[in-house]
Amino acid sequence: MTRRVTMLAVASLIGGLIVFDLSVSAQPNPFRAPPLLALGSGQAAGVAHCAAPAPTR
Amino acid sequence: MSSDPTAAAPDQGLGRWPERAVLIAFALVAAFAISAATGARFGLIFLIGLGLGVTLEALRFGFAGPWRQMIVNRDPAGILAQLFAIGLVAVVAIPLITANSAELIGAHAPVGLAMIGGAFTFGIAMQVVLGCGSGTLVNAGSGNPVGLLALPFFAIGSFAGAFHLDWWTGLGSLPVIVLEGTGGLVTTLAGLAAVAALLLVLAAPGQRRVPRRLWIAAGLVAALALGNLVVSGQPWGVVYGLGLWAAKGAQAVGVDLAASAFWAAEGNAERVRQTLLTDTTSLTNLGLIGGAFVVAAWRHGFTQPLPRLPLRAWVAVVVAGLVLGYSSRLAFGCNVGAFFSGVSTGSLHGWVWFVCAFAGSWVGIRLRPALGLEAGR
Repeated sequence: MTRRVTMLAVASLIGGLIVFDLSVSAQPNPFRAPPLLALGSGQAAGVAHCAAPAPTR
Repeated sequence: MSSDPTAAAPDQGLGRWPERAVLIAFALVAAFAISAATGARFGLIFLIGLGLGVTLEALRFGFAGPWRQMIVNRDPAGILAQLFAIGLVAVVAIPLITANSAELIGAHAPVGLAMIGGAFTFGIAMQVVLGCGSGTLVNAGSGNPVGLLALPFFAIGSFAGAFHLDWWTGLGSLPVIVLEGTGGLVTTLAGLAAVAALLLVLAAPGQRRVPRRLWIAAGLVAALALGNLVVSGQPWGVVYGLGLWAAKGAQAVGVDLAASAFWAAEGNAERVRQTLLTDTTSLTNLGLIGGAFVVAAWRHGFTQPLPRLPLRAWVAVVVAGLVLGYSSRLAFGCNVGAFFSGVSTGSLHGWVWFVCAFAGSWVGIRLRPALGLEAGR
């Protein structure tokens, strides 16, 4: 058995993930997208990062 | 049939170009589709992720492997390249974040008991599967079955670790300590130089040279990481995105995310509602997998045989995947989010993470033979 099997599996996994995500998520609106660059945009950075602190209730 | 061994070469070379063109076209179409559906920023972030995936796979730049090389063979080349890349990023990122703190954030997190334990445990697990956060993505993308099996469990573990994060951080932690401004940059560069000097002292004779490909890779990784910061407003990370993937799945099967302080928090709940194609770490993760896939296909990686490992090795990979995900959330990141991005944006937790994960790696390397994972090497 070669990596052809696992490459097919990873392609299927990622394809399935994206299809699933699009089916359960809010419809994206490209006309309300943020500016191309965060730097210079005047907008605050998001919190979706690995170093994000644990929120307290 | 020609007996001339050179006769077939031009045909073979020409014969692979359509396949390679399709690969490149597919990657570019994916970036264009993301831009069209969600906005140009997100397409650009995906391209940055693709660039990282191509660089890591094509130039064999990684984290777990070089750490193993240092511990087992006293070969510091890979770690020296990592330190060089981190230094390059720090030179730009620390002043940039200091001057633009409203728009750009660093990978700043507190040092704490759970963070220390998480980093140590992560170090063990990453040597068991021979892949850290980025390494698992790249390995999976290139068709490595160990990386591919570890990946979904990494995501589940990351989701669970985030779910319990407030409890773990409640065990005790320091305030966030950040090395800022010129003083912070000088301290960071001095720290990197000190570690590099120590590695060179400890290196085996004849092992003090860094191959050219690693210098090139370090420069490319640094440039792409800075691009990620400027475009997305946050440093390169991996584990948040993986946890988010599992959070969406968990919600779909009825798990109450409101029971978790982390997932119920406004910013994270919004990420769960929106598509992954608007989440920075998800996009770079997808790009890493895609970039590695392209390189592996380009090189005809499909033909590589799969390793024959005993059952206990596959069980160990599943457990290690879960541990990688869970521990990296407690540690506020993996090699990328905590070590690479933490140190390069001045966070003290990045340095503590490095020491603890390196100690864990020493243990993990010694576990591999007992788990049957050296059988395929």
